[in-house]
Amino acid sequence: MKVLVPVKRVIDYNVRPRVKPDQSGVDLANVKMAMNPFCEIAVEEAVRMKEKGLVTEIVIVSIGPLQAQETIRVGLAMGGDRGILVQTDQRVEPLGVAKLLKAIVDQEQPGLVITGKQAIDDDNNATGQMLAALLDWPQGTFASAVVKDGDNLKVTREVDGGLQTVSMSLPAVVTTDLRLNEPRFASLPNIMKAKKKEIAMKTPADYGVDIAPRLTVVRVTEPKKREAGEKVADVDALIAKLKLAGAI
Amino acid sequence: MAVLVLAEHSNAALNDATLKVVSAAVAFGGDIDILVAGEKAGPAAEAAAKVAGVRKVLLAEGAVYGKPVAEALEALIIPLMSGYDALFAPATTTGKNIVPRVAARLDVMSLTDITKVIDKDTFERPIYAGNAILTVKSSDAKKILTVRGTAFQPAELGGSAAIETIQAPQGPFKSVFVSEELSKSDRPELASAKRIVSGGRALASAEQFQQYILPLADKLGAGVGASRAAVDAGYAPNDYQVGQTGKVVAPDLYVAVGISGAIQHLAGMKDSKIIVAINKDEEAPIFQIADFALVGDLFKILPELTAKL
Repeated sequence: MKVLVPVKRVIDYNVRPRVKPDQSGVDLANVKMAMNPFCEIAVEEAVRMKEKGLVTEIVIVSIGPLQAQETIRVGLAMGGDRGILVQTDQRVEPLGVAKLLKAIVDQEQPGLVITGKQAIDDDNNATGQMLAALLDWPQGTFASAVVKDGDNLKVTREVDGGLQTVSMSLPAVVTTDLRLNEPRFASLPNIMKAKKKEIAMKTPADYGVDIAPRLTVVRVTEPKKREAGEKVADVDALIAKLKLAGAI
Repeated sequence: MAVLVLAEHSNAALNDATLKVVSAAVAFGGDIDILVAGEKAGPAAEAAAKVAGVRKVLLAEGAVYGKPVAEALEALIIPLMSGYDALFAPATTTGKNIVPRVAARLDVMSLTDITKVIDKDTFERPIYAGNAILTVKSSDAKKILTVRGTAFQPAELGGSAAIETIQAPQGPFKSVFVSEELSKSDRPELASAKRIVSGGRALASAEQFQQYILPLADKLGAGVGASRAAVDAGYAPNDYQVGQTGKVVAPDLYVAVGISGAIQHLAGMKDSKIIVAINKDEEAPIFQIADFALVGDLFKILPELTAKL
């Protein structure tokens, strides 16, 4: 079975985002970028499935600027076999991403797509569900366990009340949650090997897909700042303060 | 104009999240119908009919809707949408699972986690873990979105809408519910708790998490939360996680114990009214947003606090 793993290049999760003074967006100039953490978990899951013999080939896909090649290379160093970059400097929304991914799925015919549940920049949590809808495939979102069960896939999902397990036919789309696995660090030899792996360079036009945004950014602003309060000396002082504030 | 609200409910009762979505729908404008999809969900539908401002309740029942998979809800909702200009759902795991799926089917770009309705095309939503607020205008004919519960007051009761039973597709669908493992607790649910006590990595074990956090929570009548680090380490179950990709809460009182305050955690709790932080590290980022900061050893502070409350 071939697995397609869409990955996104985003701001590094340790970096505190700064809103641009002109309110046009978040300042990404000279900011450390990295693979979206949920996408790393997706790559890791695909690699583990390959190590178990359940998967024959892992294709890492990214949609974004030329530098997203580096993000694909990270996936290749972790164990991906080849990459596809759909290069665009345009802002692509999850609907546009899902349409491009559908076109790629139509060509590549994978048995499974694993991707992150959410990108930590736009926080949409939408692409996987949208892709599943466009393909008319079942979806296993927010996965904390993925088990191949004959011709089916059993996905345990992190839901508000706890955990839920669903079983689905393949092909399917799975989106990853934090507890699915702990992604490996690529070893130096694997990083070197990844440099020789093929990345196919494409553009949205190659797939004939309209990715024009449906949403216009009116403005991006700083959230209301919360000021640091006061230090209290001990438990008694804390209780007194809480009583005064009417909190207890 | 008409809005379809997807109800979050337990069949026996309506979830508070639904009332908040109704408030967002009221801000959007137009007639509001609530869709209750469930199994033996009559009581939930009756509760929905009592929400003020609701035109009617659509009740869709069947065994498959007891624990509905996304594919079933999609099959149910898509045909209904020809009669609506918008679909509003709570930003719960159920809402987030289904809303983008419906949106893509209708060739609409969905909006996640809206915190404000500015006009019928324009909404606010947090991005970058709440470090930026995006005001966004949608050019799609239909608005399909999830609503962040902490940003809206629950709708009032006092309505008496009609309940209309509708046909619901019964499948088979490409995925099926197998089982669930729900955290059992008599404590308040995180989403609606007035007080929350959350524990972090510093608790150092599941036993200590229970031994130190739970008595304080019980004393305060509080819900229990956790940081990602505590959940990853197995000190607390996944549904306790507060943060960017976990639960977003805004209680009257949030007590963060042994939580350093990564931006991903702050994203889930910084709208709480009063934040208390207890941490031995004076430099912990959590203190930058805490109203009351107590520096010290939580293993000494917590038993004392619990005893003295």
